[in-house]
Amino acid sequence: MDQKSILDLIREKFSDSIIETHSRLGQDTVVIEKTRLIDLAGFLKEDPELKFNILADLTAVDYWKKNPRFEVVYHLLSLDNRPRLRVKTPVGEDDCTAPSLCKLWPAANWYEREVFDMFGIRFEGHPDLKRILMYPGFKGHPLRKDYPKTRHQPIVKYRDLPVHGNPNTTTHRKNKDD
Amino acid sequence: MEMNQFASPEGGFVATSVDQFLGWGRKYSMFLYPFITACCGMEYMSTACSHYDIDRFGAGLPRFSARQSDLLLVAGTITEKMAPVLKQVHEQMCLPKWVMAFGVCTCTGGFYDNYAVVPGIDRIVPVDIYVPGCPPRPETVLEGIIKLQERIQQSKHSLT
Repeated sequence: MDQKSILDLIREKFSDSIIETHSRLGQDTVVIEKTRLIDLAGFLKEDPELKFNILADLTAVDYWKKNPRFEVVYHLLSLDNRPRLRVKTPVGEDDCTAPSLCKLWPAANWYEREVFDMFGIRFEGHPDLKRILMYPGFKGHPLRKDYPKTRHQPIVKYRDLPVHGNPNTTTHRKNKDD
Repeated sequence: MEMNQFASPEGGFVATSVDQFLGWGRKYSMFLYPFITACCGMEYMSTACSHYDIDRFGAGLPRFSARQSDLLLVAGTITEKMAPVLKQVHEQMCLPKWVMAFGVCTCTGGFYDNYAVVPGIDRIVPVDIYVPGCPPRPETVLEGIIKLQERIQQSKHSLT
């Protein structure tokens, strides 16, 4: 299946809501608005010529100073025809939601829980959206660029240890959020 | 170990102090609890198997139950999520008990300097011996065991 014509097919059907398509370094990418994401995903999965039956990856990127702030990235793979495709949707900070693709690809379930845990993007239609990597009492979303990397939220209270050695190391700094 | 041995054809007897006798007994019969979470587990397995063999130091029988072990060998990264589990397992062990921090992740947090990893398990449980390395060579682990055995020999043991 000719790689270029996948993007052409998508561009024909969804020309109104596609923000950008490109094919850099041999990798096809489609950037689409989130209102039509489910339609595009259904089309990619069910169309007999395309048949993207594997969701290889689902993740998000935090472009801190850009508006919209986040971009949810999906990597799709077709087993029969072998092409790969990347689909991206921008998600703003105020309306931090995206449609859930669990009904189409069950693999999306845990990936979306991870994106919710790490970025705070809620997925509408997800059967059980809760934290998967961090623990229930954790506040905040660690992979956002404004979460300080070394802010610990310990469940077990740390023992008091005498400070010896270099007091400027991470573990002994007075203000751990530096 | 100080010994006054009376050798005779019918057998002999040994005189020593209770501390030293119990120290000798405890150091050479260590039941490990390998609390393994990550890659250091592979080095523990290498040390335990025939090539490096911790059985020759008396520490060859792992007991995967806190009630039956006396050395808690914490190998692998301990995250904040795992910390209450580690604390509970340590509290379940009976005295006398020792803790070995196996690998740099347990000593200081290792190369992880982030929100998820406890910066050293001595924040949670008292540690008796730190074995650094990422992962430590089996020879380093054996030296750690030997140092711990020396420490056990020299510490006070009471009968009650």
